Amino acid sequence: MATPNTETTDTPVGTTPSQTVGPFFALPGGILWEDGPEVVGDGAPGAIVVHGRVLDGNGNPVPDAIVETWQADSQGRFDHFDDSRGTSTSFRGFGRCGTDVEGRYWIRTVKPGTLPTPDGATEAPHINVTVLARGLLNRVVTRIYFPDEQEANAADPVLSTVDADRRGTLIATAEDGGYQLDIRLQGDDETLFFAV
Amino acid sequence: MYPKDTAYDVAATTPAPSGLVLPSYTRDEASHPALDTEEYNSTHLRAPKQPLQVLPHYLTEVTGPLLGHDRVGETDHDLTVQHEGEPLGERIIVSGRVLDSDGKPVPNTLVEIWQANSAGRYEHSGDRHPAPLDPNFSGTGRCMTDSDGFYKFITIKPGAYPWRNHDNAWRPAHIHLSLFGQAFTQRLITQMYFPGDPLFYQDPIFNSVRDPKARERMISRFDLDTTVPEWALSYKFDIVLRGREATPFEDDEEDDD
Repeated sequence: MATPNTETTDTPVGTTPSQTVGPFFALPGGILWEDGPEVVGDGAPGAIVVHGRVLDGNGNPVPDAIVETWQADSQGRFDHFDDSRGTSTSFRGFGRCGTDVEGRYWIRTVKPGTLPTPDGATEAPHINVTVLARGLLNRVVTRIYFPDEQEANAADPVLSTVDADRRGTLIATAEDGGYQLDIRLQGDDETLFFAV
Repeated sequence: MYPKDTAYDVAATTPAPSGLVLPSYTRDEASHPALDTEEYNSTHLRAPKQPLQVLPHYLTEVTGPLLGHDRVGETDHDLTVQHEGEPLGERIIVSGRVLDSDGKPVPNTLVEIWQANSAGRYEHSGDRHPAPLDPNFSGTGRCMTDSDGFYKFITIKPGAYPWRNHDNAWRPAHIHLSLFGQAFTQRLITQMYFPGDPLFYQDPIFNSVRDPKARERMISRFDLDTTVPEWALSYKFDIVLRGREATPFEDDEEDDD
């Protein structure tokens, strides 16, 4: 029997390329979960709400984005086998929120603790952020830092290497019950994004 | 290969005063599309204009959400049984392995898919394509890879659909996939395409991947062996996430040989 094209081998030759999440990810039963933004439940000790808007190069809202967050718990621990400190936690650490028509996102979480680096530095409390959207062919990554951690922020091995005039794009503002930070994909005050 | 910055090199090669030893992941920018791809209009106001700053692989980057089986229902992998009746269209099986670029399987990781129905229409309020909705097809599924990285979905072959990016623009048939891997650095959103699609040449999203070999890695392979006779055709699609770099310890051992 004739065999079809079997050029693809079992040996991978490189990473599968990234593609846009497109505008239609928000299908029923799709990748947005009802509890996606709730890293912790309402009323959990130390719960804060971090929120903001995702904006495009004209300053207009991006209503078809997904904001995903990943962070340590309040003691600086991760529920993960590659955390070689042997610490343990049951903290989910992951949040996922689709933006609304105004481009707004939010997560309910706790403020993370500080983290050691292999070369002996200490990372300030931070939340890693992935933004996915129509028009983004690859995810973009940024971090949220906290305004009430001036000393830790100044010593942070990542934040301290960011140009001083762009550092502010990574530092949230404090408000009652939490923090606010807009993510500007482009334009004046473009958010600093990282290559991971 | 992505150029390494100084901080990254120091972290990877000097003994850790803290005793903390972290894996690091390969950077492989060459496989991926540029964010500012001129032909894809939606990038114009959304792709960042400023250069990205290289992020060292510290604790937050080498760990990642390990979302578990509690997120996956019994029929979530079978998009043809989620409603009372069977969806219209060509039933297909999509299966393969999730691997890293070292060829190691990525076990127990969440795979999510979403797609148009057989007529090329999404069940989404923003989709204005005048093709019929299918009451028996939502177009979403999820499953976990097993201990060897295998995954499998049963679904309907999605239809092509028009969009307004350029004159007479049509998306090739595709299934969106979302993967987490085991580290923040491995997160991947991609699209699986079908072999021999006549729409490839005019699609700016497919062609945003400039390396032809990398583009081929987004095209599934028709596989007669896993086709189920008189029931469904089958497509194989392996997904490769970025792999780990050798640890300093492994480097030392090699030096001793």
